[in-house]
Amino acid sequence: MKKITKKIITIMALTLVTPLVLTACGQSGQSGQSLTGEIKIDGSSTVFPITEAVAEEFTAQNPDIKIPVGVSGTGGGFKKFAIGETDISDASRPIKDEEAAMAKENGIDFTKYTVAYDGITMVVNKENTWVKNLTTEELKMIWAPDSKVTTWKDIRPEWPNDEIKFYAPGTDSGTFDYFTEEINGKSGAIRHDFTGSEDDNVLVQGIAGDKNAIGFFGFAYYEENTNKLNLVAVNDVKPSLDTIKDGSYAPLSRPLFIYVNNKSLDKTEVHAFVKFYIENAKDLVKEVGYIPLPDKMYTDQLNLLK
Amino acid sequence: MEKKLIRRRRLKNALFQGALISIIVFSILILLLLLYQVFKVGLSHLSLSFITSMPSRFAARAGIASALAGSIWTISLTILFAIPLGVGTALYLEEYANKKSWFTKILEINIANLAGVPAIVYGMLGLAVFVRFLNFQRSILSGALTLALLILPVIIVASQEALKSVPSTLKEGSYALGVSKWQTITGVVLPYSLPGILTGSILAVSRAMGEAAPLIMIGAAGYIGFMPKSPLDSFTVLPIQIFNWTSRPQAEFQDIAATGIIVLLVLLLTMNAIAIVLRNKYQNRMD
Repeated sequence: MKKITKKIITIMALTLVTPLVLTACGQSGQSGQSLTGEIKIDGSSTVFPITEAVAEEFTAQNPDIKIPVGVSGTGGGFKKFAIGETDISDASRPIKDEEAAMAKENGIDFTKYTVAYDGITMVVNKENTWVKNLTTEELKMIWAPDSKVTTWKDIRPEWPNDEIKFYAPGTDSGTFDYFTEEINGKSGAIRHDFTGSEDDNVLVQGIAGDKNAIGFFGFAYYEENTNKLNLVAVNDVKPSLDTIKDGSYAPLSRPLFIYVNNKSLDKTEVHAFVKFYIENAKDLVKEVGYIPLPDKMYTDQLNLLK
Repeated sequence: MEKKLIRRRRLKNALFQGALISIIVFSILILLLLLYQVFKVGLSHLSLSFITSMPSRFAARAGIASALAGSIWTISLTILFAIPLGVGTALYLEEYANKKSWFTKILEINIANLAGVPAIVYGMLGLAVFVRFLNFQRSILSGALTLALLILPVIIVASQEALKSVPSTLKEGSYALGVSKWQTITGVVLPYSLPGILTGSILAVSRAMGEAAPLIMIGAAGYIGFMPKSPLDSFTVLPIQIFNWTSRPQAEFQDIAATGIIVLLVLLLTMNAIAIVLRNKYQNRMD
């Protein structure tokens, strides 16, 4: 008994001590040509995995640089960006007029760089054999704030007379803003009786467990759960790497951005980071489940930087 | 007639006892189920490299070093701020303040109310006061101060209860020997009430260790690729890192999230074990 207690205490002591030792080791990192300083980034949780991947690779080359990446959401990120608390803001929708006005008030000029595409994907339960395709008009009919649709039959008369359960991302997400803007014409306009979650995995679980569910979220979440969900084509186009990239999956393909404070760009490390971001986005974007831009667009973004 | 009455009472007694036991068994079963789930998924990924690596976009390479260090930094500073302040406040309220004055009553009501304020509200307060007004930025210091505010009411209330439990005979005995008030507090009141104070503090600190929402609010990061080296560094903590992993589309990230939970549990148990050892030491001395 005593031996076990001793062992447990050793493990506990290790958890406490290891990070402290690492902290001490870290101080004697390599010096030389590598960049130093801190690049502050916050914003969209959709763009986060891309920025995290870029930060990981960039830090591997420049071990003395610090790049904390926050996840306050696109709106929360812009609030910090507009008062100069961050150098770069991840965004899954363009900056709103009032956010841009606030930045201007605080003397902050910024540049928008497009870094990837995402396809907002409409999905239904695996047992749902009837919904294969929806048109933009039908999507609007289903999701409009004054929607009369409660059963599948209300969409197309040949579909079953069962009540539909609606799932959608939470109101703070850029996905929600983009979808409502594109489909219902006004950001935030949507029917009120849907189950919302900021966590897309919760939506996946909900739709996978309910025969009469329909919902939407980022393409990466469908790709990881193809065995649990059925994909719905929009206007006869299924979202895929190619259809999202060439824009034929419309209107639910959307660009993802980083907004960079122009004053921060004067700092060597921020400039180097943004350059690295655009140059390496093509490969890194794919690794984390998003769709890269066509090559020419990345060249355009690089020219924008110069 | 009387025997029947006694038998009925015994039956009631047995029923109630049975109900209580089944409630305990039920809650422990749920806990065990949760632990089983976490360990089943997470244990296979637990290794030294998981504890010493930085987060990564590849689940297989990802580690928890920066979040673990961030958690230890934050919680140590939180303890440093919250416990002396909390115990001091409780001492003032119990030993010095005039219990009948309206001022003391308002103080006590406010403290009790603060204990029920949602954590996210403390996050907003921390953002406005520590991050922006005092300009501590999105640092460990801001985070620790915010968490200290969050758990302060719990520590005060628990310490007050512990101080109330000191028998007045002990205090009066001390005064009768001509010992001053301050010496009575440090020599009699505090040692006697320390086990109770520690119990309350353990609960409060454990809560602070599991908080993510107020720290996200003050701008703690989701990705930190370096070890925090001073209280003014940017940081992340275990609950934020775990939450971040669970919300990824790839199933592997959900697996290492479970591993992260194991690390958080071990850290929690370690902190609690230290407090319990301290408590037992003082309890034995009093007996």
